[in-house]
Amino acid sequence: MTFTIPIENGNGVKDAEADSQRTLYPYVTGTSVVAIKYKDGILMASDMGGSYGSTLRYKNIERVKAIGKHSLLGASGEISDFQEILRYLDELILNDNMWADGNSLGPKEVHNYLTRVMYNRRNKFNPLWNTLVLGGVKNGEKYLGMVSMIGVSFEDNHVATGFGNHLARPILRDEWHEDLSFEDGVKLLEKCMRVLLYRDRSAINKLQISKMTEEGLTVYEPYSLKTFWEFSAFTNPTVGAEGSW
Amino acid sequence: MFRNQYDTDVTTWSPTGRLFQVEYAMEAVKQGSAAIGLRSRSHVVLACVNKAQSELSSHQRKIFKVDDHIGVAIAGLTADGRVLSRYMRSESINHFFTYESPLPVGRLVVHLADKAQVCTQRSWKRPYGVGLLVGGLDESGAHLYYNCPSGNYFEYQAFAIGSRSQAAKTYLERRFESFGESSREDLIKDAILAVRETLQGETLKSSLCTVSILGVDEPFHFLDQEEIQKVIDTFEKVAEEEDEAEGEAEAAPAAAQAEQAGDQDVAPMEI
Repeated sequence: MTFTIPIENGNGVKDAEADSQRTLYPYVTGTSVVAIKYKDGILMASDMGGSYGSTLRYKNIERVKAIGKHSLLGASGEISDFQEILRYLDELILNDNMWADGNSLGPKEVHNYLTRVMYNRRNKFNPLWNTLVLGGVKNGEKYLGMVSMIGVSFEDNHVATGFGNHLARPILRDEWHEDLSFEDGVKLLEKCMRVLLYRDRSAINKLQISKMTEEGLTVYEPYSLKTFWEFSAFTNPTVGAEGSW
Repeated sequence: MFRNQYDTDVTTWSPTGRLFQVEYAMEAVKQGSAAIGLRSRSHVVLACVNKAQSELSSHQRKIFKVDDHIGVAIAGLTADGRVLSRYMRSESINHFFTYESPLPVGRLVVHLADKAQVCTQRSWKRPYGVGLLVGGLDESGAHLYYNCPSGNYFEYQAFAIGSRSQAAKTYLERRFESFGESSREDLIKDAILAVRETLQGETLKSSLCTVSILGVDEPFHFLDQEEIQKVIDTFEKVAEEEDEAEGEAEAAPAAAQAEQAGDQDVAPMEI
């Protein structure tokens, strides 16, 4: 016998059980993903942390994965929802491959598919709590786009999620240009990730960079950035601020 | 084909392993007026003969745009053809909505064939009585397919279906090897010439045929009457001399065609 606890939420009275099926808040989350187009394709960087609230609980989570032959997907937000999305895409790519007819889903198609999924979930008030970055190269054309948990989607030469939007994109707007070399692209991403490491509480110093070109995917070994914590602004943060302690 | 005790139901096999209802559906395709398709590496041309019920009425539409990059020409029960064209348009637009990318024609014809197969395996349905020539693009270029009421589909360099299509097929068989590298204009010319073969004697006028084209950089569209007439004019003079030489050669295969027999009694739904 199930109890019906009436919960008024604008849609009338709902069964408590029905509510427990919806996503209400995220539990294990990943922080920013930053991605840019460069000369040969796409570079995407994220750290390997999974936070459980304010605890930096998991330190080995890969938040950038390959999709098919042509695309890279990076995600911030709820890790379990990211894994669910990977399962959807796995099935999508599998069915695409089964056709074996010389046609394949490129990054543009995957991005639009994801936009449809995210938007439809949002309309049911049961979102996948992620912001996704989708990048790839097909037939020489580079593609980089983003989808948020409410289904907002767009393409650009450089994208970031979460804190990356506030801290990394201003740097990219100033310093990104067409036909970056691989070395310059990595240096630019590291610059963004370093700022995020200093200023984002949920960032950890273990990042992974992935590269997608016409030839295929390369995922580099995780590494750490050198940091300097002896800046006077860090050692004495409130020296110039009136009224602070 | 004669009546027998295994041909009432589509779900009844004959002892020799045939489904007669499906084969009868394919006969319906042969009764419809001709439709022709040919393709080069980058373009597909679909053409058909316009038959009107009477002088008072307009002719039935037999070529449909499915999408900018896919067109279909039908022969047989045109009502069935319309329904299937609507299905194809629906599939195409749904794919585009989800993926923002055109549906590869090779995948569309498989969906279509699977839909036709269902009707060959349900006792409460009947097979679609229409043959479809589907022309379209995918990542590897231009393609032409023929979908049967049986649920089979085949890819072709060039093909013709409907009544008197054998004459067109003979013409196409002679020329198909060059189609791959044909220019757009030559492809149109060959299509109109193939239509002329099915008319067998009637003078070719632009009002008698409908021609459509699609290509890698060209969305599907119909050619207007002037364009068709211009192409006809380029070979009409030569045609008069050719006709005399070919007249004797054509008489023999024409008499042997079985599809000629049904022509006088063509059912009103099978234009």
